[in-house]
Amino acid sequence: MDIAKLLNAFPGAVSQGIIWGLMAIGVYITYRILDVADLTVDGSMATGGAVAAVMITAGYNPWLAVIVAFLVGMLAGLVTGLFHTTMGIPAILAGILTQLALYSINLRIMDGKANTAVNVNKYHVLVTSRNVRQFSVSNPIILTLILTAVLIALLYFFFNTEYGCALRATGANGAMARAQGINTNVAKVIGLMLSNGIVAFSGAMLTQYQGFADVQMARGAIVIGLAAVIIGEVVFGKLLKSFAGKLVCVSLGAIIYYLVMQIVLWLGLNTNDLKMLTAIVVAIFLAVPHWKQQAQTRLHVRRKGGE
Amino acid sequence: MLDINHIAKTFNPGTITEKLALSDADLHLAEGDFVTIIGGNGAGKSTMLNAVAGVFPIDQGSIVIDGQNVTGLPEYKRASFLGRVFQDPMTGTAATMSIEDNMALALRRGQRRSPLKWGITSKERRMYRDQLKRLGLGLEDRMNARVGLLSGGQRQALTLLMATLQKPKLLLLDEHTAALDPKTATKVLHLTRELIRDQHLTALMVTHNMKDALQYGNRIIMMHEGKVIVDVDRETKMNLRVEDLLNMFEHTSGSQLNNDRMLLS
Repeated sequence: MDIAKLLNAFPGAVSQGIIWGLMAIGVYITYRILDVADLTVDGSMATGGAVAAVMITAGYNPWLAVIVAFLVGMLAGLVTGLFHTTMGIPAILAGILTQLALYSINLRIMDGKANTAVNVNKYHVLVTSRNVRQFSVSNPIILTLILTAVLIALLYFFFNTEYGCALRATGANGAMARAQGINTNVAKVIGLMLSNGIVAFSGAMLTQYQGFADVQMARGAIVIGLAAVIIGEVVFGKLLKSFAGKLVCVSLGAIIYYLVMQIVLWLGLNTNDLKMLTAIVVAIFLAVPHWKQQAQTRLHVRRKGGE
Repeated sequence: MLDINHIAKTFNPGTITEKLALSDADLHLAEGDFVTIIGGNGAGKSTMLNAVAGVFPIDQGSIVIDGQNVTGLPEYKRASFLGRVFQDPMTGTAATMSIEDNMALALRRGQRRSPLKWGITSKERRMYRDQLKRLGLGLEDRMNARVGLLSGGQRQALTLLMATLQKPKLLLLDEHTAALDPKTATKVLHLTRELIRDQHLTALMVTHNMKDALQYGNRIIMMHEGKVIVDVDRETKMNLRVEDLLNMFEHTSGSQLNNDRMLLS
């Protein structure tokens, strides 16, 4: 095994990790703050990618394409939110429904094609994997890091405002939030919109980075997002406890995830098996807190019994 | 201040689990009334409080708070009139948020929450500190601690404080000391009385403790099968003993009081 080959792949893994970290921050908003597992993201990330690809190849400014992708992602979140709140569909199912619908919509956006290439030589893009090993400002790592910092700062501000606190309360204790006069349905919808906007934004960046959009590009995105959230919490959770710190953890979690994936590929794992590996890793990480609690209860009972 | 006009509520109508929870419940509170509510299991005490709070829509009747008909208003809109403390200490606060965050949420009860204004100001913090000091629980030095770290009694005291931070037109106390040990329960009840007296609040307090029902408040009502069956005014209440209450109940309802948590001592 050639160690140089592995090291060579690291910059790419890092920049991919940062871009998926943006997506994972979106997942964090629903999964940790709103306490909802939102499966819309598997569709909305590809939607963001499709919108960006179509707009950039039509000659629009890539910044505008990213902003429009964000807004379209919010629309996807709105649909899931309305399914959940006004139609009373359980959140998980609401997300699955939107995700399924988005598959058709994404194909429509890309004019019926399963993928759209965004050639770096022909179009102006914000980031590209081609520059990933360059020591210059055009290295995608720089811009994506700046965007991550800006996003975390904005979210830090928002979640400390009056309305941001109301949103956190909605996820923490819905009954309490309503007793304090918070319309929890509206809060959930806004949280889902914000989350899916960020996820679509991440999809738009990923499309530019990899040079194409594909209807399948975000299959299993929710699991990767969860992996990033959980890995970040387990590895850095003790160090970074503030709200902004937790978001930094999520981004770092995504980077670690991609580095680890790179390593297992280098060790000879088949690319096709990656998704299964991800699912297993996430399942184990989700089980750990549960097992820990069970062990503690047993210990507690034993101690009490020994008295 | 509060008019509950002949309200009725049946849960799960037309099913096996159909339950008539309120039938023609009628109650009127003047401003400054502090009413304690007692009754057997399933008498409709909590259901009546929840109907006032708007947790579910009612089938019949109307609810008027301070002249405003709130019958059709959703729970979050009625919140501007109501301070609420629940039986479960977990319900009234957000466990994963800090003490000061919880208080800031309560201070803005019934107000528009801006996405641009800071959720908590330094001026407020000083006020929270002063308010927490009067609880005598040392919480004023732990304002950044997560509420989940507090004991049940501390959480109920905090919830009470939060419920009155923004003066409510009506304070709803739903067996708010039932989950506490007797000593803590007494403390929380004293705090309740103090807050109600200081702010001249109108309050409804459900309790399973007959002694507490007699000791606190200026009026007692008894509920049975979804109705208010006994209403004792201030003068009568002063000379009442627990046995008298029991006799009154048996006489009016024609049955024994069946509350397995009722404390008769």
